[in-house]
Amino acid sequence: MTDSTNKEIGRQPSPYFGYLTKALGTLGSIATTMLGLLFITFVIGRVMPIDPIIAVLGERASKEAYDAMYIEMGLDKPVIIQFLNYIWDVVRGDFGMSLLNARPVVDDIIRVFPATLELATIGTMIGVVLGVPLGVVAAVNRGTWIDQIARVIALVGYSMPIFWLGLVGLLVFYGILGWVGGPGRIGIFYVDLVPTVTGLILVDSIIDGQWDVFWDAVSHIILPASLLGYYSLAYISRMTRSFMLEQMGAEYIITARVKGMSEWAVIWRHAFANIKVPLITVIALSYANLLEGSVLTEIIFAWPGIGSYITTALLSADMNAVLGGTVVVGLLFVCLNIFSDLLYKFFDPRAK
Amino acid sequence: MNSAPETKGSARQLEAWLLSNTPTSRRHARLGSLYKGWLKLKSNKLAMLGLFILIALVVIAILAPIISPADPFEQNLGNRLKPLGTEGHFLGTDSLGRDLLSRLIYGSQITLYIVALVALIAPVAGLFVGTMAGYLGGWADVVLMRVTDIFLAFPRLVLALAFVAALGAGIENAVIAISLTAWPPYARIARAETLTIRNSDYISAVKLQGAGGLRIIVKHIWPLCISSLIVRVTLDMAGIILAAAGLGFLGLGAQPPSPEWGAMVSEGRKFILDHWWVATVPGLAIFTVSLGFNLLGDGLRDVLDPKDSGDE
Repeated sequence: MTDSTNKEIGRQPSPYFGYLTKALGTLGSIATTMLGLLFITFVIGRVMPIDPIIAVLGERASKEAYDAMYIEMGLDKPVIIQFLNYIWDVVRGDFGMSLLNARPVVDDIIRVFPATLELATIGTMIGVVLGVPLGVVAAVNRGTWIDQIARVIALVGYSMPIFWLGLVGLLVFYGILGWVGGPGRIGIFYVDLVPTVTGLILVDSIIDGQWDVFWDAVSHIILPASLLGYYSLAYISRMTRSFMLEQMGAEYIITARVKGMSEWAVIWRHAFANIKVPLITVIALSYANLLEGSVLTEIIFAWPGIGSYITTALLSADMNAVLGGTVVVGLLFVCLNIFSDLLYKFFDPRAK
Repeated sequence: MNSAPETKGSARQLEAWLLSNTPTSRRHARLGSLYKGWLKLKSNKLAMLGLFILIALVVIAILAPIISPADPFEQNLGNRLKPLGTEGHFLGTDSLGRDLLSRLIYGSQITLYIVALVALIAPVAGLFVGTMAGYLGGWADVVLMRVTDIFLAFPRLVLALAFVAALGAGIENAVIAISLTAWPPYARIARAETLTIRNSDYISAVKLQGAGGLRIIVKHIWPLCISSLIVRVTLDMAGIILAAAGLGFLGLGAQPPSPEWGAMVSEGRKFILDHWWVATVPGLAIFTVSLGFNLLGDGLRDVLDPKDSGDE
């Protein structure tokens, strides 16, 4: 480092100051996004046509009980105080009581969440394993029939109503062919056989060494996870293709070819090596999308995850559960988004 | 007899006029570039297939009262769950003995209604927010874009579910809920376009002529944002159809006895093992229409926005 650059740095407070302000800025934007999210759920909770007090006490509550509840729930306070109370509750992990089973909503969410996580994770894995090679192959064979087929596969994936695909999949692979387990996470004979450690049945059964439970769980998850995987395949393969096209047009590829490298090495060792970073952010995004996209799939497959939980609560007007579930999914979604953003900034020097 | 070659000749003249390299007026140039875009789109067979599907959808929706073989609401319990190809019921009947083909045909009206409403609300809202943010800059930009980011960060289907839960089930509320979740990407696009346009010379020229902010945004910035918005709308339509059908499937969109396709799948779900067509046929209709939008959108993107498509 020369003297002049040292002086320049010396003139600024500290090189770390820049990082600090940047980090604070990122934290600030995360905080505002989260606040905004809570604000939206708060507003939804306020404008809903259900009286929260009647929902708790029932139609025939006396005037005194009603008024007491009104004060207990803090509805007499100004809206801004109510909002702050709401934030404080959420920060403490208190989403209120479920009106259906009178248990804390957060307990229910912790119970159902691993099922969704398991489904979305396996789905994303399928999407990555199949989608990335498909995108690379399409890019390498650009403009040929292979590229066209890859395009149609992706477009069909974008266009398919997932609840319908789930129904047809169940009809064909379970109803007619009998290749996979039916709805639910596990067959009825295996319920509660495995002690809960992580809540992920696949992991728990391996920990416990119960392989028949494991294979039964696999036969149940494979169909819904494949369907979800198809959606992330569609997205991942298209993004991989366009990233690859960008790299394959670059000059260093020509240099590598001129040097006499094999096409395989050019594609995988050079071009593909350079798209890993954007690809990881795409995968993180598609994972986030699967977490929420599993709502309809879970209903078709009677999968006891957070999607089923929110929908059941919704149909029985259990607003605490609906909003609690929405906040959790929303927070996760925001976190994954930010994570993929940070990842990109961290690995790609151009983004700095 | 004589007129045939003559019209052919005039068509060729028209084509030559459209493809002219030296347009004589602004309208001439505009029509010419439209025609060139059309030629490019026409060479894309998949996009043409998409266009054909959508035109067929519109025609079917308009002619629904004429072409549907039966009343979509007329129940006939003696005639329920008839299979495909039954006499008088080409696609069979549902659990209440209603003709499935007629319900499908009338359902196309609902699909178009939802798509048209969302396509009117969301991009316009996004255009408004995005151009305001981009043109005004400063605090307005920061605040508007932060709001946009918040909505963008929210999972769309779950947000739509929560909105419908608050507003109540129904087709209009489904449209509002979907629009509320659909506008942020448009705002992002419109803002990006505005930022590149804002400092160009012609805007300065208009400013020197004394045009106010509103006039500049509406007359000089909006028109330039339109083409990228159109591509985005076409590509989004498929997602909107799927979201609406998903809400219908959950019983939160169009209410029975309305022949909304998603709700029809949900109705047929109970009989899927023995009477598979009741749920399968409406699902195919949803798939076909959203595929049509995706194919056309993909082709339009190649024509209007070549830098994005990865081709050429």
